Amino acid sequence: MGRTRVVLVDDHSLVRSGVRSELGDRLDIVGEAADVAEAVACIKETAPDVVLLDVHLPSGTGDAVIQAVHDDLPDTRFLALSVSDAPDDVIRVIRAGARGYVTKSISGEELAAAVVRVAAGDAVFSPRLAGFVLDAFTSDVVVAPEPSELDVLTPREREVLQLIARGYTYREAAEELFLSVKTIETHVSAVLRKLQLSNRRELTRWASERRLLP
Amino acid sequence: MAVPSAVPSTRRLYRRRDGRLVAGVAAGLSEHLGIDVVLLRIAFVASIVLGGLGVLLYAAFWVVVPQGGDDAPSHDRSGARVQLVGFAALGAAMLLLAQLLGFGAALLWPAAATITGAALLWRQADESSRNRWRTVAERQRAALSGARGRTAVRYIGGILLVLTGMGTFLATQDAFPLARRAFLPVLVATLGIVVVVGPWLLRYWREATEERTARIREHERVELAGRIHDSMLQTLTLIQRRADDPEEVRRLVRHSERELRGWLYRTAQPAASLRAMVAAACAQVEDEYDVTINLVMVGEHPATTDVEPVVQAMREAAVNAAKHSGVREISIYGEVTASELTIFVRDRGKGFKPDAVPEDRFGVRESVVARMERNGGTATIRSSRRNGTEVRLSLPLRTTAAV
Repeated sequence: MGRTRVVLVDDHSLVRSGVRSELGDRLDIVGEAADVAEAVACIKETAPDVVLLDVHLPSGTGDAVIQAVHDDLPDTRFLALSVSDAPDDVIRVIRAGARGYVTKSISGEELAAAVVRVAAGDAVFSPRLAGFVLDAFTSDVVVAPEPSELDVLTPREREVLQLIARGYTYREAAEELFLSVKTIETHVSAVLRKLQLSNRRELTRWASERRLLP
Repeated sequence: MAVPSAVPSTRRLYRRRDGRLVAGVAAGLSEHLGIDVVLLRIAFVASIVLGGLGVLLYAAFWVVVPQGGDDAPSHDRSGARVQLVGFAALGAAMLLLAQLLGFGAALLWPAAATITGAALLWRQADESSRNRWRTVAERQRAALSGARGRTAVRYIGGILLVLTGMGTFLATQDAFPLARRAFLPVLVATLGIVVVVGPWLLRYWREATEERTARIREHERVELAGRIHDSMLQTLTLIQRRADDPEEVRRLVRHSERELRGWLYRTAQPAASLRAMVAAACAQVEDEYDVTINLVMVGEHPATTDVEPVVQAMREAAVNAAKHSGVREISIYGEVTASELTIFVRDRGKGFKPDAVPEDRFGVRESVVARMERNGGTATIRSSRRNGTEVRLSLPLRTTAAV
């Protein structure tokens, strides 16, 4: 298996060149795009493993890109990269199908690791996203009329998310809980699935009322 | 009152908005002429009782003289009540006058109803012209508090009163047959006027609305520009000047980022919340010790005195991490459950042995551990050379206090 092939989608060329210079020697950057239409064309042409996607684009939002290419390229994965702390942005792009959400303050090394992880089909949660999910799934206000298993976190998932929110890496969390890194990844992926499929219909509205910023 | 009083020759007559009894005519006149307002009011009432000239005069002033601006907004409710007394006095004077002139009850009540209705409508017109001076935010607040509904009630009430007054008058004068015969010509004439003047009025109204919208937009643009100037432009200038001092530059950038985020992702969280308290403490440590704190909070709690020591202990733990860990990044995670508040302060620094704390790190024992224990909580410290340091602060909460 060769290096992970990545497309960058961000309307700021400064951000793109910054990410490119940080990731360039670790990953294979096969394309760049500055808006939704350009991104869709570029992704369809290059069929990358991972798309690094800005949440806000001049002609729309990141979820529009995901929806436009998802049917043609089911194996292409998306990682949202944003400066936005607004939960409604986060929840929208995650529910559209992104495999993770990281903020632009992430280091190049961590970002590269996150891209590889997403390419392998795992989920990537920033501490803030973990805190947000805990908040959303703890809040009594949004309990659906008939909560299914998708609407609640297991105690183990809760523990894993708490460690991520505390700033632990997957490896550190695994050590702390005497689990393997693989198991941690499985738990995080399960939480991502719940976040995407939960029928807490109120989740989106709730997100727009709250802010990730503490 | 919008014009400096030092230049009397250019002083214009305005109706006062504050300190008025009815529509601010007397108060405005008093300011304009330099005569005591009470004297003027007595003169108005006397002229009303002694022949009715005062009513006409007052009404003429009300219609002709513009309302003053919002220089000294007075929002006290008692003022409104005093105004009601003003209206009542006016009404009583009118009734007295009618009786003196020998009109009797047949004219009295219709006239009273008509005048009260007209006064209501006019006052509402004053109110809506004042509305233009209000900012968008104030208007939204007013809309939320149900002012819109009250306005409608006042308009409808005023119109009903006027119609009732006129109808009763016609009925008591046995003028209904006459009125019925006059109805059609009047209707036709009114329609004619509407057709002739209508389009012009409509256009005037549209232009006024457009102008108002433009003014609001301009106001918001100025506010945004001011915000960008204050936070971003100032910081950029300072950064260029302090480019040789990376510590200061980092501090400036962090400060500016915090300010901008706070504004962009404005939250409805009350100032007196635990989240706000924790965020403020973190911001202070970031600024003072040149570190970045990644803060994540779950749940919320009011900023009561029982959680305050935990925030102080958290601050001390963060200061220790900033001073001694050797790294510039700290993670803080706070969680409020129904029964417990827990805060973790973590760094990936070089760690230390809690048992062998040297004298200068007295802070850990006293201001973190002892402070938590004094307030019925616990503090546990885990530290290793490999994984850095993590301080866990925990405080049981009374279940009713959690939100």
